[in-house]
Amino acid sequence: MPAIGREDWDLSAFRALFTWPGLPEAARLSLFTGLIATVLSLAITTLILASWHGTRIAHWVEAALSPLLAVPHAAAAFGLAFLIAPSGWISRALSPWLTGWERPPDLLITNDPNGLALIAGLVAKEVPFLLLMSLAALPQIHPRRCMIVAQTLGYGRVTGWMKTIFPQLYKRIRLPVYAVLAYSMSVVDMAMILGPNTPPTLSVQIVRWSSAPDLAQLLTASAGALLQAALVVAALALWRLAEHLARAPARRWIGTGVRSKHDLSLRVFALILAAAIAIALFGGLLGQLIWSLSGFWSFPEVLPDQLSLKTWSKQAPGMANPALTAVIIAGTATAMAVLLTIACLEAETRLGLYPGRKAMLLLYLPLLIPQVSFLPGLRVLLVQVGIGVHLWPVVLAHLVFVLPYVFLSLSDPYRAWDTRYTRAAATLGASPSRIFWQVRLPMLLAPILTAAAIGFAVSVAQYLPTLLVGGGRITTLTTEALALSSGGNRRIIGAYALAQTALVVVGFALAILVPRLVWSNRRGMKGLA
Amino acid sequence: MTGLELDNLQIWHNDTLVVGLTASVAPGEALTVMGPSGVGKSTILAAITGTLPPNFTQVGTIRLDGKTLNGLPPQDRHTGILMQEELLFPHMSVAANLAFGLPAAIKGKAARMERICAALSEIDLDGFEHRDPATLSGGQKARVALMRVLLSEPRVLLLDEPFSRLDAALRDQMRSLVFDRAHALGLPVLLVTHDQADADAAGGEVVTLA
Repeated sequence: MPAIGREDWDLSAFRALFTWPGLPEAARLSLFTGLIATVLSLAITTLILASWHGTRIAHWVEAALSPLLAVPHAAAAFGLAFLIAPSGWISRALSPWLTGWERPPDLLITNDPNGLALIAGLVAKEVPFLLLMSLAALPQIHPRRCMIVAQTLGYGRVTGWMKTIFPQLYKRIRLPVYAVLAYSMSVVDMAMILGPNTPPTLSVQIVRWSSAPDLAQLLTASAGALLQAALVVAALALWRLAEHLARAPARRWIGTGVRSKHDLSLRVFALILAAAIAIALFGGLLGQLIWSLSGFWSFPEVLPDQLSLKTWSKQAPGMANPALTAVIIAGTATAMAVLLTIACLEAETRLGLYPGRKAMLLLYLPLLIPQVSFLPGLRVLLVQVGIGVHLWPVVLAHLVFVLPYVFLSLSDPYRAWDTRYTRAAATLGASPSRIFWQVRLPMLLAPILTAAAIGFAVSVAQYLPTLLVGGGRITTLTTEALALSSGGNRRIIGAYALAQTALVVVGFALAILVPRLVWSNRRGMKGLA
Repeated sequence: MTGLELDNLQIWHNDTLVVGLTASVAPGEALTVMGPSGVGKSTILAAITGTLPPNFTQVGTIRLDGKTLNGLPPQDRHTGILMQEELLFPHMSVAANLAFGLPAAIKGKAARMERICAALSEIDLDGFEHRDPATLSGGQKARVALMRVLLSEPRVLLLDEPFSRLDAALRDQMRSLVFDRAHALGLPVLLVTHDQADADAAGGEVVTLA
C-alpha cells in the first residue's frame, strides 16, 4: 500500500498485533461481554414475554420499553454511568446514611476490569430491541390459542409459554439474536464509556490504532479487525452449537409434563427486571438533564444546590454545527434508505418476487459483521483511491447500517397492506403507478414515517462510520460526546448526550404527529398505522 | 357480439382444476352463478378482472363486447366489480373516492365536481362530497361504492356477493338499485352468490356450480 508507505506483503502487522501484551485479555473481554450480554438479554426478554405477554401489564411494559429503543447507545451508556458511578445517583441516594461515604468512594464501578458495567449497558439496550423483534414475530404464532390450550391442560403461564410458544418464536428471532451477539462483542461507543480501559475490549483498541497519527498502526488495526471478525464468527458458531446441544434436553423437558403451576414469584421477578431496565435508561436520561442544568453539586447531595442554564448557553454555539452535520447525514442516508426500500417493496408487489431466507441473511449482513472489522479497511481504501474527507462517503457508510433497519421495519406493513384496495383501484381503471401514488403511498404514510424515524435514529447514533470514514474530521453530536467522554465533564457530556437523544425524539414525534394531522378528518386511517 | 362471453373458461391452481364455465351475458341481462363457498365462484370474477393470484392459470377465452380480455392488465379491461366489502379508500373523502373512478377524459375541476355531485344526488347523498367515508352508514357506503364503479364507465358489472353484509331491509333496496341502474345503462351483469333471493332479484339465467 504505497499510500501508507508499504508495498510488500508480510505478516508484520499480525506480529505487531500479537506482541501487544493486552491482546489475550482484550479478546477474552470481547468474547465474555458479548456472550454474557446476549444470554442475559435473551433470557430477560423471554422471561418478560413468558410472564406477561397478552396481559394488560404487558402493554405497560411494552409502552415503557419500546421508546427506549430510540435512545442512542452512547446516551444510554452515559446515562447508566451517571447512575452507577461512585459519585452517581445510586451512591448519592445511599450516602452517607447507609454507606457512611462522605466522599465518592474509590471504586471502579464503571470501566470495571471485567466489563460488568458494559454488560449491564448492553443488556439495557438490547432487551428493548429483542422485545420489539419478538412482538413483531409473535402474531404469526397465534400465542393466545397456544396459551389457552396449555393453560387448560394445567400448565403454569411461564412454563406453558416456554413449552408451546418459545420454540416457535426462537426460530423467528434467530437473526436478531445473532445480530445482538455480533454487536455486543464488537461495540465501540458503549465500550469506550462503560468498558474497561487497561486493556480495553479488542474493538476499542482497534479504533485507537486506526485513529493513531502513526500510519503503521493502521496495519495493526487491520490485523486486529480481522481477528475481531474471526472472534465473532467463532462466537456465532459456538452459539449455533449451543442451540444444537440444547435441543434434545429441551425436547425432553417439554415431554416431561412438568407444569409448574405456581410461578407468580417468577413473574414478579420478570416485572422487576423490566422496571430496572426502564429505570436505568429513563433515570439515566433524567440524570443527564439534571447534571447539564446543575451548578455546584457536592457529593452526597441527591440534587444540585442550584440549577442554571450556564452549561447549555456556553455549549450551544459549539453544538450547532455537529447537530447540523448529524441532521444532514442522517436525513440524507434515511431518505436514500426509504427510497431504496420502497422501490424494492414496490417491485416485489408488482413483479410478484419474494425474497427467500438467503436474501434476508444478506439484508442482515451489515448487522452481523462487526463494524469495527470492515470500516478501518474502508478507510484505507478511501485513502488509497485518494478520496479525502467528504460528507458523502460518510453518508454512504451510514446508509449501509440504516438500510437494514428501514427495510425490516417497513417490509411487514408494506406486505401486510390490504391488496384488495389494489384490486378495487385496478378494476376502476387505475394504472399501477396511479395506484402506488394515490392509494398505497398515502395509506402507508404512517409506517413509512415510522421506518424513516427509526433509520434517522440509527444514523444519529452511529459513531464508528462517522469517525473512521470521516477520518476523524467530520463531527456529529455523537462523535463529540464520545470525544468528551474521556474528559469526564459530566455537565457537558450530559448536554451533548441529551441533544443527541433530542434529535432522535423529534424524529419519532414527527412520525407520530404528521399522519395524525394529515388524516385528522379520516377515521378509517386510525389504527392503519 | 356484445356483452360478456366466457368461452370454455377453466381456472387451474397448480395442477388442479378449480372451476370451469362457458356462458354469455347480453347487455342489460344478468347471469347468476350459484354454489356453496369454496367452489371458485370468486375465482371466475378474478379471472375476468385479471387479478388471479400468481399460482393460478387460466385457459379459454374471455371476451367483452367482442374484444378478448386475456392477457390485458386489470386497468385496461373496463370490468367494474362490487365486492362484499365496499373498499372505499379510507384516506380520501367521498368525492375523492368517486373522482378516483371518474375517467380522466372528463377534464376540469368544475366539470368533474359537477359529475360527482350529480352522481351523489342520484343515490340520495346530496352534500356528502366532503364526508369521511368511515363516517357513513353501511347502506351509504354501499351506494358510494356502486357509484364509484358506475362512474368508471365499465362495460360489464361483476357482483361478488355485494349484498351479503347488508341487513335485510337495506339488502332489498340495494338489490333493486344495482339491477335497475345496470339495466338502464345496458350493462351485462355477472353475479356470484349463495343466496337464492339475490338470484331472484337479478332475474335471468342461473348456473349452479357444485
